[in-house]
Amino acid sequence: MSEFDYRQKAWSAGLIVLFFIAWELFCLMTGMSDLVLPRPSQVFVTLFEKFPILWPHILQTLATTMIGFILGVGLGVVLGAIIGVSKTAYDTAYPLLVGFSSIPKVAVVPIFVLWFGSGTVPAVLTALSICFFPIVVNIATGLATTEPELEDVLKALGASKLDILWNVGLPRTMPFFFASLKVAVSYAFVGAVLSETVASNRGIGNVMMTASSNFNVPLVFAGLFVLAGLGVALYVIFSVIEGRITGWATRKNDMIAT
Amino acid sequence: MMRMQPHSEFAGTPVPAAAAPIAIELSEASVTFGRGARAVPALSTTTLRIADGEFVALVGPSGCGKSTILRLVSGLVQPSSGVVIVGGREVAARAMRVGMAFQNPTMLPWMSIERNIMLPLKIVEPFRSQFRKLRKTEFRDKANALLEQVGLKGFGNRYPWQLSGGMLQRANLCRALIHEPRMLLLDEPFGALDQFTREELWSILQDLWIAHKPTVLLVTHDLREAAFLGSRICVMSARPGRILDDSRVDFVRPRTVAMTFEPDFVALNQKLRAFIVDARGAATKGAA
Repeated sequence: MSEFDYRQKAWSAGLIVLFFIAWELFCLMTGMSDLVLPRPSQVFVTLFEKFPILWPHILQTLATTMIGFILGVGLGVVLGAIIGVSKTAYDTAYPLLVGFSSIPKVAVVPIFVLWFGSGTVPAVLTALSICFFPIVVNIATGLATTEPELEDVLKALGASKLDILWNVGLPRTMPFFFASLKVAVSYAFVGAVLSETVASNRGIGNVMMTASSNFNVPLVFAGLFVLAGLGVALYVIFSVIEGRITGWATRKNDMIAT
Repeated sequence: MMRMQPHSEFAGTPVPAAAAPIAIELSEASVTFGRGARAVPALSTTTLRIADGEFVALVGPSGCGKSTILRLVSGLVQPSSGVVIVGGREVAARAMRVGMAFQNPTMLPWMSIERNIMLPLKIVEPFRSQFRKLRKTEFRDKANALLEQVGLKGFGNRYPWQLSGGMLQRANLCRALIHEPRMLLLDEPFGALDQFTREELWSILQDLWIAHKPTVLLVTHDLREAAFLGSRICVMSARPGRILDDSRVDFVRPRTVAMTFEPDFVALNQKLRAFIVDARGAATKGAA
């Protein structure tokens, strides 16, 4: 890593700190009521004090997110592979998928609740239904745009469709796949919190909902901070995995660094 | 004009009628892409016999169906009419091990050069079933031995993006040869290279051919390349292609780049050139 990267990171961290200081000063100077906008210092204190109470909810939200995400990835990969391998399936199924993905997921939550009752199941299903689409699209695109010459080399050797998928199609699709994982995990998180907010008695979404009806505004913001932290953490984890596995696709940066 | 019989007015020897066993046989094969009003004829009815161990260069104007013949032989395209027999069986039966290389080296970017070259071993029997066991030992040595032959010793662990175009094309040749194919299909493999790299690779390919004696079908735009490498040259007409001329080239081997400037060689080049100029002219007149 170069000196430039570190400087970049220092600037980013500095900007975040600056943001909180500006917020704090704004509240102090305008005498803003903490019922409207609490100061960040208050929020951090609340977060610290209420952490034992928040912790099980954090775990709940993380669990529903990850279960929904994993199921969504599984479904997305299978669907994406089917659609990507066959041109006919691609053309046939695409309109349906686009239609399904354009439904605002908040409208689907009541249906899930109707079917499965409130709680964990609708949260998992919402996370799943919101996160599988980017994966389908990316896998399908990756497979469908595989260079024909690459396939020809193997076909001339007598390779089966499965050989080609395994040796060329799937590895070539990995950069697309990991790029979509980053997006999908954030989506799953949004879906889980959304469902918890509407219909659950556990999870960060529910904590925020309850806190807001009790006018415990600092706790609402504490929940918001937790969500932001978790979201960033998930994104970073999948970015790191992506970099490790599909480094070959971003080689230009490496060339400059070495 | 009637379809010409294969003949030779050059270098004396007529094409022998199946002295060696026939490796590739196209009988009355034609290829048309698309159907009905949109049908595009790519290859007119063509008959071509290539003996085992021959090095045949296929030249002709752009888009004349040279590559189509190659794709027919490799089984990537099915004939619209006629029969294509490779290694004594219809091509779909895959009786013969084929190695193939295109103008674009098509190395897989996520694999090291070594692993790219070993790819056919992962697909083709009898290597396929031993691949897991031997990929770190015997197969890797085999890949590196080939790399050494083409002057890429020590580059096995590099990745494709770390190599130049000429180096990639050398690696591409290695990949086409690693599974010891009895037949090598080359589609303008040196087309994108500079003159000097190209000439160097001609010699390398010639050495590989002399060492392994596979049947080679080389599609090329470069007449010097055809005359340098081929033991036989087929000239094709403009689209839809057919074979206009079929003659042997009997310059002694190993041939050298210096030989390509000798009068005999230049005369052959000029003769080939005349054929293609004619073929192009006929096509343009036909269009106008």
